[in-house]
Amino acid sequence: MARIVGGIGTSHIPAIGLAMARKQHEEPYWKPFFDAYQPVRAWLESVRPTVAVVVYNDHGLNFFLDKMPTFAVGAASEYRNADEGWGLPTLRPFPGNAAMSWHLIEQLADADFDLTTCQEMLVDHGFVVPMQLLWPEATDWPVRVIPIHVNTVQHPLPTPARCLKFGEVLGRAIESWQANERVVVLGTGGLSHQLDGRRAGFINKPFDLYCLEKIVHEPKLLAKYTIRDLIEFAGTQGPELIQWLVMRGALGADVMKLESNYHVPISNTGSGLLLLEKAA
Amino acid sequence: MPQTRKTPIFQPLADSREIWGTTIFDGCAAQRGYALNKMCFSFNSAENRAEFVRDEEAYCRRYGLGHEQREAVRSRNVLALIAAGGNIYYLAKLAGIFGLNVQDVGAQQTGVSVEEFRERLLAAGGS
Repeated sequence: MARIVGGIGTSHIPAIGLAMARKQHEEPYWKPFFDAYQPVRAWLESVRPTVAVVVYNDHGLNFFLDKMPTFAVGAASEYRNADEGWGLPTLRPFPGNAAMSWHLIEQLADADFDLTTCQEMLVDHGFVVPMQLLWPEATDWPVRVIPIHVNTVQHPLPTPARCLKFGEVLGRAIESWQANERVVVLGTGGLSHQLDGRRAGFINKPFDLYCLEKIVHEPKLLAKYTIRDLIEFAGTQGPELIQWLVMRGALGADVMKLESNYHVPISNTGSGLLLLEKAA
Repeated sequence: MPQTRKTPIFQPLADSREIWGTTIFDGCAAQRGYALNKMCFSFNSAENRAEFVRDEEAYCRRYGLGHEQREAVRSRNVLALIAAGGNIYYLAKLAGIFGLNVQDVGAQQTGVSVEEFRERLLAAGGS
C-alpha cells in the first residue's frame, strides 16, 4: 500500500523561479531564503518519495474565467509548464501517475467532493516553483506528480474548513492506493501578501507566524476562518493558506514538525516553509 | 521562530465590512471584467503580446473592451484597471508587456516610488 512520508508547506511565487534561473542563490537578499530549503532537501534525499501530490492554485495559465473549477485533479501521464506572459523558462515535462490520480478522484468523489478531472493540464508557477525548490539539481524528476488545483482566483473560494476536510479525505485516499508508493504532499502558496489595490504590499508577520505554529497541532483553529478573515489578516492573496490546509489534512491528526522557517519579504510576500511527518 | 516569542491570538472576525483598499474579485467583478481579463489571458502567448504592442487599439477592439476598460489600458493605471473589473493575476500579464513587476505595480497603486515600496516590504520583516 502507498504511504505518506510527509508534507511540505512552501511559497510558490514567480520571483523565486526567476532568481533560480538567474542563479542569485548567494545574493544577500536570497541566501537566507534558499538556505532554509537545505534541510528539507536532505530529508527528501533520505525518505526518497516516489510520488508528489502538489496542491496549488492556477493563476491564469490552464484555467480562465470561462470555466473555473473549485477543485481540479490532474489525471495525465505527463504535465508541462508554458509561457505565463513574463518569460519564466519552460522546463522538462513532469511525469504523472494517471492510475493513482483516478484512484484519488474515485475516493474523493465517494466522499462527496465533486471534482473537475483533467487529462490535459498545463501547470504554472504555483506548481513549478515548489518542484524546482525541492529538487533543484534533478536532471530527471525523481517523483511522479499529481497536481491538485484549488480556486483562489475568483470568489467564492472553498472555505478553509472545506479544504482541511478535502485534505483528510485525500490522505486516506492516498494510503488506500494499492501500489507501494512513498508519497509527499505539498501545500503551496502564501503566506500573507496583497498584490492589488491601495493596500498593496500588505504583509502580516505576526499572523503568518501564528498560522505556521497553529497548523502543526491545531489546524482546526485555522479552519474556523472565513475567506474574508484571511483577506483581512493576510491580504487578498492570503487565502492561499487553504492549500496548506489541504496538505495538513492529508497527514492525519498527529504530526511531528521537522522544520519550520519564515522569511520576509520575498518579493511582496511573507514566505513560509514547513516540513511535517506523520507521528509514528 | 514561532515558539520563541509570545504569539498573539487571531480570533475569527465574523465580519462582512469592506476591507480598506481591497477589492474582492467576485462574480460581479468577474462579469464586469470579462473582456479585459480575456484579453490579458491571451498574453500567455508571445505572439499575442507582440500583436498588442504592434496595434494596441485594434487589439483592444478585437477583445471587445468597453470604454472604461480601453481608457484604463491606455492610462496604464492599475487601480483603474481593477475598477474596470481586471483581476490582478491577468493584469500581471499586461504589466509584464510594459516590463513592470509586482513591486512596480504595488508602488503605482500606493502612490510611492518603487524604492519606497520596497522599503515598506523590508520593514514588514521587523514587525
